[in-house]
Amino acid sequence: MARAATTTDAFNAVAEPRRREILDALVRGERSVNDLVEQLGVAQPVVSKHLRVLREVGLVRVRDEGRQRIYRLEPGPLREVFDWVKDYERLWTERFELLDAVLDELKQTERQAETE
Amino acid sequence: MTTEDRRVTVSTPTETQILITREFYAPRHLVYLAYTTPELWRRWWHANRAEIIAVEMDVRAGGRWRYAARALSNGYEFEFHGEYREVVPDERLVSTEIFSGTPHASSLSTATFAEKDGRTYFEMLIEHTSKENRDAQLTSGMEDGLQDALALLEDVARELA
Repeated sequence: MARAATTTDAFNAVAEPRRREILDALVRGERSVNDLVEQLGVAQPVVSKHLRVLREVGLVRVRDEGRQRIYRLEPGPLREVFDWVKDYERLWTERFELLDAVLDELKQTERQAETE
Repeated sequence: MTTEDRRVTVSTPTETQILITREFYAPRHLVYLAYTTPELWRRWWHANRAEIIAVEMDVRAGGRWRYAARALSNGYEFEFHGEYREVVPDERLVSTEIFSGTPHASSLSTATFAEKDGRTYFEMLIEHTSKENRDAQLTSGMEDGLQDALALLEDVARELA
């Protein structure tokens, strides 16, 4: 079970290209396992294996419809990944927070100059 | 008044552009000053991710600028340089930008500083020559897998919107 740890969060779950393909397919709506097998062109056990990982991290939900198992996307856990991936925005956030501090100082200097 | 006012927004108006906006609780001549004075600029541009090694700014149309920095995470040194195309003090700054790692991909940045009630509304529009170059800037430093993940997440976000 040593490997289990690598797939216990959304971050690792989406690092696998096949799993991203599955998520990509589910973005467009619910899919049965058979739909996914057909769409991705890979063997059913492979799809099932990836679906299990996605379910473990809460990225997909499953429901039974007759003899079919229907999967749908649960985007919530992607938030964590999204925050990480939005690195460019974070860069500017941090940069501008530092600029705020510089501006506070400049404002103060200006005020002091006015009162002198 | 909350700090929410000062949230940065990053958007992609077209396939080749990046638009960054931010509000500052300071008049625009101070924001402009902090943007165009090397000693002030080097205090914030690093974003806690790099050490600024050198910075030169010849702020006039046709003047050159460059800076060199070292990433704190891996010690990697990089350099950006360019030329000022248009300089309207306190108002507008148009400049080219070239990353040392991709010398053939030049982008054009237009920074505008607008003031209202003592606050500055800052906008920077970065125009790349191709979508590939634009995306490279947005995802610089990321592994391929994460770039794919970003594309996927954009799909998800669009679906949920």
